[in-house]
Amino acid sequence: MAFPHRPDAPELPDFSMLKRLARDQLIYLLEQQHEVDKLYKVENKPALSSSEQLCFLVRPRIKNMRYIANLVNADKLAGRTRKYKVIFSPQKFYACEMVLEEEGIYGDVSCDEWAFSLLPLDVDLLSMELPEFFRDYFLEGDQRWINTVAQALHLLSTLYGSFPNCYGIGRCAKMSYELWRKLEEEEDGETKGRRPEIGHIFLLDRDMDFVTALCSQVVYEGLVDDTFRIKCGSVDFGPEVTSSDKSLKVLLNAEDKVFNEIRNEHFSNVFGFLSQKARNLQAQYDRRRGMDIKQMKNFVSQELKGLKQEHRLLSLHIGACESIMKKKTKQDFQELIKTEHALLEGFNIRESTSYIEEHIDRQVSPIESLRLMCLLSITENGLIPKDYRSLKTQYLQSYGPEHLLTFSNLRRAGLLTEQAPGDTLTAVESKVSKLVTDKAAGKITDAFSSLAKRSNFRAISKKLNLIPRVDGEYDLKVPRDMAYVFSGAYVPLSCRIIEQVLERRSWQGLDEVVRLLNCSEFAFTDMTKDDRASSESLRLILVVFLGGCTFSEISALRFLGREKGYRFIFLTTAVTNSARLMEAMSEVKA
Amino acid sequence: MDCYTANWNPLGDSAFYRKYELYSMDWDLKEELRDCLVAAAPYGGPIALLRNPWRKEKAASVRPVLDIYSASGMPLASLLWKSGPVVSLGWSAEEELLCVQEDGAVLVYGLHGDFRRHFSMGNEVLQNRVLDARIFHTEFGSGVAILTGAHRFTLSANVGDLKLRRMPEVPGLQSAPSCWTTLCQDRVAHILLAVGPDLYLLDHAACSAVTPPGLAPGVSSFLQMAVSFTYRHLALFTDTGYIWMGTASLKEKLCEFNCNIRAPPKQMVWCSRPRSKERAVVVAWERRLMVVGDAPESIQFVLDEDSYLVPELDGVRIFSRSTHEFLHEVPAASEEIFKIASMAPGALLLEAQKEYEKESQKADEYLREIQELGQLTQAVQQCIEAAGHEHQPDMQKSLLRAASFGKCFLDRFPPDSFVCMCQDLRVLNAVRDYHIGIPLTYSQYKQLTIQVLLDRLVLRRLYPLAIQICEYLRLPEVQGVSRILAHWACYKVQQKDVSDEDVARAINQKLGDTPGVSYSDIAARAYGCGRTELAIKLLEYEPRSGEQVPLLLKMKRSKLALSKAIESGDTDLVFTVLLHLKNELNRGDFFMTLRNQPMALSLYRQFCKHQELETLKDLYNQDDNHQELGSFHIRASYATEERIEGRVAALQTAADAFYKAKNEFAAKATEDQMRLLRLQRRLEDELGGQFLDLSLHDTVTTLILGGHNKRAEQLARDFRIPDKRLWWLKLTALADLEDWEELEKFSKSKKSPIGYLPFVEICMKQHNKYEAKKYASRVGPEQKVKALLLVGDVAQAADVAIEHRNEAELSLVLSHCTGATDGATADKIQRARAQAQKK
Repeated sequence: MAFPHRPDAPELPDFSMLKRLARDQLIYLLEQQHEVDKLYKVENKPALSSSEQLCFLVRPRIKNMRYIANLVNADKLAGRTRKYKVIFSPQKFYACEMVLEEEGIYGDVSCDEWAFSLLPLDVDLLSMELPEFFRDYFLEGDQRWINTVAQALHLLSTLYGSFPNCYGIGRCAKMSYELWRKLEEEEDGETKGRRPEIGHIFLLDRDMDFVTALCSQVVYEGLVDDTFRIKCGSVDFGPEVTSSDKSLKVLLNAEDKVFNEIRNEHFSNVFGFLSQKARNLQAQYDRRRGMDIKQMKNFVSQELKGLKQEHRLLSLHIGACESIMKKKTKQDFQELIKTEHALLEGFNIRESTSYIEEHIDRQVSPIESLRLMCLLSITENGLIPKDYRSLKTQYLQSYGPEHLLTFSNLRRAGLLTEQAPGDTLTAVESKVSKLVTDKAAGKITDAFSSLAKRSNFRAISKKLNLIPRVDGEYDLKVPRDMAYVFSGAYVPLSCRIIEQVLERRSWQGLDEVVRLLNCSEFAFTDMTKDDRASSESLRLILVVFLGGCTFSEISALRFLGREKGYRFIFLTTAVTNSARLMEAMSEVKA
Repeated sequence: MDCYTANWNPLGDSAFYRKYELYSMDWDLKEELRDCLVAAAPYGGPIALLRNPWRKEKAASVRPVLDIYSASGMPLASLLWKSGPVVSLGWSAEEELLCVQEDGAVLVYGLHGDFRRHFSMGNEVLQNRVLDARIFHTEFGSGVAILTGAHRFTLSANVGDLKLRRMPEVPGLQSAPSCWTTLCQDRVAHILLAVGPDLYLLDHAACSAVTPPGLAPGVSSFLQMAVSFTYRHLALFTDTGYIWMGTASLKEKLCEFNCNIRAPPKQMVWCSRPRSKERAVVVAWERRLMVVGDAPESIQFVLDEDSYLVPELDGVRIFSRSTHEFLHEVPAASEEIFKIASMAPGALLLEAQKEYEKESQKADEYLREIQELGQLTQAVQQCIEAAGHEHQPDMQKSLLRAASFGKCFLDRFPPDSFVCMCQDLRVLNAVRDYHIGIPLTYSQYKQLTIQVLLDRLVLRRLYPLAIQICEYLRLPEVQGVSRILAHWACYKVQQKDVSDEDVARAINQKLGDTPGVSYSDIAARAYGCGRTELAIKLLEYEPRSGEQVPLLLKMKRSKLALSKAIESGDTDLVFTVLLHLKNELNRGDFFMTLRNQPMALSLYRQFCKHQELETLKDLYNQDDNHQELGSFHIRASYATEERIEGRVAALQTAADAFYKAKNEFAAKATEDQMRLLRLQRRLEDELGGQFLDLSLHDTVTTLILGGHNKRAEQLARDFRIPDKRLWWLKLTALADLEDWEELEKFSKSKKSPIGYLPFVEICMKQHNKYEAKKYASRVGPEQKVKALLLVGDVAQAADVAIEHRNEAELSLVLSHCTGATDGATADKIQRARAQAQKK
């Protein structure tokens, strides 16, 4: 059932090197200290440790600085002197030092940087583990992480050779790319001579395709993420899954043989697969019945351990499946999916709208409701004013007034907007050109951003054929295209774009799509045409998602890779899903 | 070669001393040296002369003049001395001229007479005036020692890092010491002074009397003392014409000499070479020069002119008005080779090579002789080494030629020493040239290192020569050529007579993209000379925009700095500039600047959100950004305000802002929230319990759960809660209460706007099948099947589905049929299906 890779599929580069590098650096940083006594979470409360020195390993956030400052100042008040060391990962920001200074403790702490920006979560998945990237950049317009991205790319090209072909779409992609280029130029020599291991790099901004990220996931790995939340490549399976009274932390990656076979499968196939697997396993166990002593000895020493391991994993995943099924059938999951598909295809809008309204009225889930509203807005190029108002009113009544700010955020990010009457694209454009003559530069950017936020999903969908014409039932067991990750109803836009560009080796012929995506100024191709790249490396593609990617997208591209003989490697600022996106935009009471 | 050893003078049995001319001086001195204050830097450094130092008249014609010459007498600078009377001159290790004034101020000048800085030797010195001063060199740098009018010593061991130390008093000292010097032992500077027949050693803690071992009796006064270049040896000259030589620790005597001249010598310096066993002191009187050592006889020279001695690492330089000479002990290798009738391998090899050139067969004989003794390697090494110590290029060449000749007969002679010597000699000959005037010996050069030599060339603005040397020695660009070009550029920007454009262009042409050259450093220098425009032009060539920012800030081009910082993409840099701007500009201008730079603005906003909420508000106010201002107050209403009045007030402000932003929806929503807040407060007062901060929906639910149905209805009306919501809400709440009676009443109150399926669902959720069945019958036809299935009535569901002739419904029912119990129903459906298909 699991699709084997084509025999000519290229080998993946070895990313464990990244882990080793990071580990060595951390060890070096910590060795300058004395022995680490105990680990604490940085929180806004006094440290209980009686140790003579404290070492903080933190993300460079202002909030964290305040916590540290409170702690140090509390120590000072209590008249105790300790040594403090702050290790920032992946880098230190001047603003953080400023805060330390303003809080009057700059002289008391020493600072260091731990340049750990790439965490290999799996053989083909690297994560920067920067979930805040999404909100910081796409909502607040804060570009501080772009430098971090550029540095990560630079590290990759140092380790695995420079990339002969670069493609990208989006403003952030462009900036990262340019900064990265600058870094490469500054560093001369050595790396240039290396044979490139990875033939293509594709950078894309999350905001060019919100739709895909907002859909419910139905591929196993995505579903596990939606249901249990995968954190840093591992998941906490609660008692309902482990069928014991304990929770279990399970690493989910290619090492897990069972998981590896079902991760990219549509959920409807998973159960069947697992039961087949269980039968096979039983058969293997059963073999021992007819064995003599010697065979038995062999069996115990060689196979039993593997079988046991497999058995354990199998029961875990079966447990997870049951748990998912219970949840998903209870709250009318089918209905939800149906509504989503209707939204994607653009029919029965009224019905979908009232479905969403009911959803809100019943207080089913604040995040889910918000997600559906956004999906409606993006697929319809904004809500019609009446719906916009009424849905928001309903939502505020259900979940509280602070979400007025949530809506303001969503509007700014272009996730939930109002259709302006007669506000077609050309109208906006003329408005912009009028503003350009104005000297109010600040307003221009506002106008531009509102322009950038027109989604034109319907037109793009038609152009790229995102909704497959289905004759008869879509056979989810034998997927035909990437649409299988959404039950055959929709081909992920981001993945389709990647497919198209790779096919053409450029953006040529996609002008119209790029224009509709409102990214025209930010699509770029850079073909250095490096002849030294082997044909094998040219079939390796690094896809960089700025703002996060979902497991569905990963599965879709893995499928595409198998079809075309490519291998994709994913680099994301963080693995995301619809709930995480919505939470990033939500205002919650502190 | 017969006369080659003519200028060799033996001292004792084992050593020869020779004196040869370095340059004939070209400086046209009008005064005698004795009328000037003289200072010459070691390592072939420059010579400073201060003429008329003791005149106090103010007339311009007789004002003191400070002249600086190279070692070959080429004028480097000349300036009229306008400051106070100078007591002493001296050169620092960085070749800066230190002029110690009578008032204790030390003025520092560069090689080209450019004033650098000044510092004072302290109040005590200022009050008591300076009697005498010495500049001395230690491993930390150059120090200054001062003897004040009160006969106290003050010293600083390193003028670069000025720490004044006042030395302890010498008990009973009434008059100035007859002579004194600084010693450096165990990394600490001491002072040794002579008062009458007594010697005292001052360290920073105490003053101790010392006696040199083996000092001849009858000494009533010390006239002169000298410390060797390395501070290892000390020589004392007494009023009996007796010279004591020993270690500087005064623990050991090396030798003594009685010259029978009682006149105080003008100068006495050590003349010894590193790693040599010979010790000798050169003593100079008006017309006589004497080299004395561990030998009964001394070497004597007549001085035609007033001369000045400069101690060096491996000898003594002697200059006068007309000549500049070098006196040193003949090095061992040279002595071996050139000593008359020497049979040393080197000497034989030199001879062999000469014969070879004459095409004489004797060459072979000599070679054989060396080879038979197995000393050819040694011979070659000797020749190479001796070449290094020769001053004349001709002699260097013939020695090197001999070495090269000898090398041919050796299998594996490592070529490095020969190649390096050739290169070193080329460099040395180049800098010894009359026009350059740095008469370094090979030993000095090795001690100084090539890096320092290059620095000194740069200091003398001899950029082309320095670059040639770098290229010749193939030094890495970053340490070599680039560094020198950068220095050149820094000098170039000081040429005020050239226009900014020309300078910038010239610099760019020369430097191009040479690695390791920082345009921002050069620009910083230009700015230092007051050429801001030039600095900005130079910064344009700087490829890394990040590097441009700090200087632009310094030049107060903050806005330019801001855009450069943004260009660099380094948010830290942007932030640095922002904070700078914030302090520099008034708030209004600062905000205006931000407004034109969205990237900077959002960065600053992020910071303000966490650190300076008030500023954030001002920022929005300034921009008339009412929408954000509204959001700001909304946030304040639940995050910062605590009292209910404050919260309502914040909401009011927010609502006003939303109206201004023409966001009526938000304004209305905010006003509703104000009403709700007040109401919740009232509810809390009247009913108790927790109402504040609940959403409207939750407030109503809480009321129903608390049994306050009336109030709930009222609230729903007041806030115009839509019917559908109210029904869902009540349904859920009543089911939670398990108040089935009320639920039924409610269901009958009017026709349900949400249908009756939800009633069935909610009852089933509470596992109340009985109640569920009540509502199942009321469910509309479209959802009937679903409802029946929910309550588990498969058979009836099948009937309804068959009646509806709905394929989807049929399959749904079928999927609910469990084999054992519903067999009949399943059959029924199958039959109905078959029938439908038939039709």
